[in-house]
Amino acid sequence: MKELKIQYKKILVDYIENQSERNLYIGQNFIRQLIQKNITPEEVIHMHKQVMEEIFPELPVVSRHGYDFLIEIMVYFGLTLKEHQMLLEQQEEMRIEMNVATKIQSVLLKTTVPQIDEIDIGMLSIPIRKMNGDYVHFLNDEENYVGVAVTDVVGKGVPAALCMSMVKYGLDTLEYAENNPSYVLEVLNRIIEKSVDDSMFVSMFYGRLDLARSIFTYGSAGHEPAIYYNAADNAFYGLGAKGLLLGIMPEMKYEQTEIPLYEGDFIIMMTDGVTEFRHDDKIDSRKIIEQLALTYSHLSAQEMCEKLYEELQKLQEQGLDDDFTVVIFKK
Amino acid sequence: MKSTINITTEWDIVTAREIGRNEAKKIGFDTVNQARIATVISELARNIYLYASVGTITIETVEQDGKVGLAITAADQGPGIEDVRAVMQDGFSTSGSIGAGLPGVKRLMDDIEIQSQLKEGTTVRVKKWL
Ligand SMILES: Nc1ncnc2c1ncn2[C@@H]1O[C@H](COP(=O)(O)OP(=O)(O)OP(=O)(O)O)[C@@H](O)[C@H]1O
Ligand SMILES: [Mg+2]
Repeated sequence: MKELKIQYKKILVDYIENQSERNLYIGQNFIRQLIQKNITPEEVIHMHKQVMEEIFPELPVVSRHGYDFLIEIMVYFGLTLKEHQMLLEQQEEMRIEMNVATKIQSVLLKTTVPQIDEIDIGMLSIPIRKMNGDYVHFLNDEENYVGVAVTDVVGKGVPAALCMSMVKYGLDTLEYAENNPSYVLEVLNRIIEKSVDDSMFVSMFYGRLDLARSIFTYGSAGHEPAIYYNAADNAFYGLGAKGLLLGIMPEMKYEQTEIPLYEGDFIIMMTDGVTEFRHDDKIDSRKIIEQLALTYSHLSAQEMCEKLYEELQKLQEQGLDDDFTVVIFKK
Repeated sequence: MKSTINITTEWDIVTAREIGRNEAKKIGFDTVNQARIATVISELARNIYLYASVGTITIETVEQDGKVGLAITAADQGPGIEDVRAVMQDGFSTSGSIGAGLPGVKRLMDDIEIQSQLKEGTTVRVKKWL
């Protein structure tokens, strides 16, 4: 502090003599050093007062009182500054933790898209923030069935991510791909209803394809309806259901519906982040998605997913503002 | 030296500050540290005034291992603090007010001890060494 005071005195004396811009510039650079050394505002004013008294021994007493008053009231500024610095450090710590958590989440929720002859499957899931609030889970442990769960946690960030881990755990316990969609939804509903905070809800679309018979069976718990293209009719249909979101009512029943898939048919399952690129009109957005899908239907399911993302991003009014997840089953 | 001030009105806070500052000056604290000590007394006395209505502030010179310092003890029989750890966290009091609060008190002093029991009262003892 003594050393700093000597430097400060020199800078101040120079300024008082010349009052040049250069002196002011040097003064500001000096203050930056003081900030780095954690010198508080009240200490700076105190130093200034002492230096002034040294340069002008005749300094009027009112001026001294003025400095004392300023020192007193600046104590609060000093504290606020310290608190601010601490909070910044804490924020940095949290940022680092968050990065680790994000990595853990992506490993934990990693899912591999089944590669099978009977059906072409594509998947794309892009989180809007670090943590993804959407999750796709495939079940394909045997030859006969492939199951897919497309989920969206209502809520974002860390709580959503934690909730998602539970959804994954629930799906893992089901083990077999041949389970009925209505059964899967009922089991998950019970798990989530029991264990998660009342403000956490999950929407899920669950589909199961019988590979030998080429029958797609699906159920939905408050999820964005899937888009089904029937090549023979050259028409699109919505695949939705009336089921409530998972986690609201303990003994919910979920219905399931079967549709046959023929050559050229495809099903687009997605989260509402896909359809919400137009804030005003959802019906319109689904029409646009249908048109895009048709345009790119000659591509593979994976390429179709990527094209959809690319094109919808362009149409976005203010940039996508929700997690974006799309899964395509293409016969 | 040891003096105890009853805190019952807002003006008692001023009295406590004054006694604390004079004592700090006598021991040899510089202007900045006098201001800090007065701020701490203010914060502790205001907490008594706001949350417990009445209580006392005790100011005394202390010596330990050849060091000299000032100790301030704020005691009341008010409602107590439910979660002392939480109120000591930065950002806790910022939400509602722009005071220095207890984290500020801790920062301005060298040592702080808080004892608090719900419905029984709170004692905060802080020290600053010369
Ligand atoms: N003596 C006390 N008795 C009971 N509760 C207290 C006492 N002192 C503090 N508290 C509780 O601890 C909380 C934090 O106190 P602190 O002084 O840190 O901040 P504050 O008083 O809320 O805001 P400020 O920053 O203006 O001081 C208070 O809101 C109050 O609930
Ligand atoms: Mg307070």
